[in-house]
Amino acid sequence: MIDSQKDDGRIAHAHSPTYGVNIMVWLTLVSLTVITIAIAGLNLGTFTLAVALLIAAIKSYYVVSYFMHIKFEDKLFKICLIFVLCIVLVVMVLTAFDVFYR
Amino acid sequence: MSTNINAEAITNLSHQEAHTEGHVHRDDYGSKLGMWLFLFTELLLFGGLFVLYMAYRHDYFPMFQLGAKELKIYMGGLNTLVLLTSSLTMVLSITALQRKSIKGSIFWLLTTIFFAFGFLIIKFLEWSEKYHHGLFPKAENLLNQPEGVKVFFGLYYTMTGLHGIHVIIGILILSYMVIRILNGKVTPDKFVPLENAGLYWHLVDLIWIFLFPLFYLLH
Repeated sequence: MIDSQKDDGRIAHAHSPTYGVNIMVWLTLVSLTVITIAIAGLNLGTFTLAVALLIAAIKSYYVVSYFMHIKFEDKLFKICLIFVLCIVLVVMVLTAFDVFYR
Repeated sequence: MSTNINAEAITNLSHQEAHTEGHVHRDDYGSKLGMWLFLFTELLLFGGLFVLYMAYRHDYFPMFQLGAKELKIYMGGLNTLVLLTSSLTMVLSITALQRKSIKGSIFWLLTTIFFAFGFLIIKFLEWSEKYHHGLFPKAENLLNQPEGVKVFFGLYYTMTGLHGIHVIIGILILSYMVIRILNGKVTPDKFVPLENAGLYWHLVDLIWIFLFPLFYLLH
């Protein structure tokens, strides 16, 4: 048996969102997918990509926060994740400057 | 109950722990952190391919649109729903295990694997249709297309292919988890391996969330 007093926080304890919360998140994700497909049918010109990426980013937020549980993890996990996302963003922006303004 | 500990405390603990008899030798915090570090390398792997996509899309945009016309939105959309739902069943499997329902956990895990196969079958149907239209690498029909269309399909097969490999690996990992739960190695008291397997599966979903609009929704 695991003694929760002795494990000093190194043994994970269940603190997951309920079934209901997860199903709500899933419904949100499905609705956002439907919205993405619907919006792609409209002619938004240059904004099409921006809107599609924005919706994809919102969906990722829900997957990472709730399904991947990052919302309930230690601060260190969040810092690492933000750091890595910044690296990807920096690489993208720098490449974009080169490609777009060549 | 708190999992709120800092890195320094962990290092101090590992020294103390060596002298504590009967202590559980397990580091769920470290195991999960390790999984996340691995996921970051995956993020950078796909990130690199997305950078490539961005550059080529800029150079060949009209031909990318032409290439995307060959992809069926409803197939991609259906696969998005399949993956999103499999992500939900994955989470339900973890929640069930934490609530001490072994049967429930295995049921949802098998559902997840079922959806994973569903994704692969839809992907297979898509690819075989492309094959019949002569839209595969080195196909004569594709070689006669403009440069940008070739690049589009090159990226399409590389990125969805790499993603597909991840789905297959995901199936293997999830099946292994079924065995571990049945053997009593992953239990309601020790669910972090299942959580880590879940993290991998959600990453697969996460990447598809970006692949779908970037390849299928290019009007």
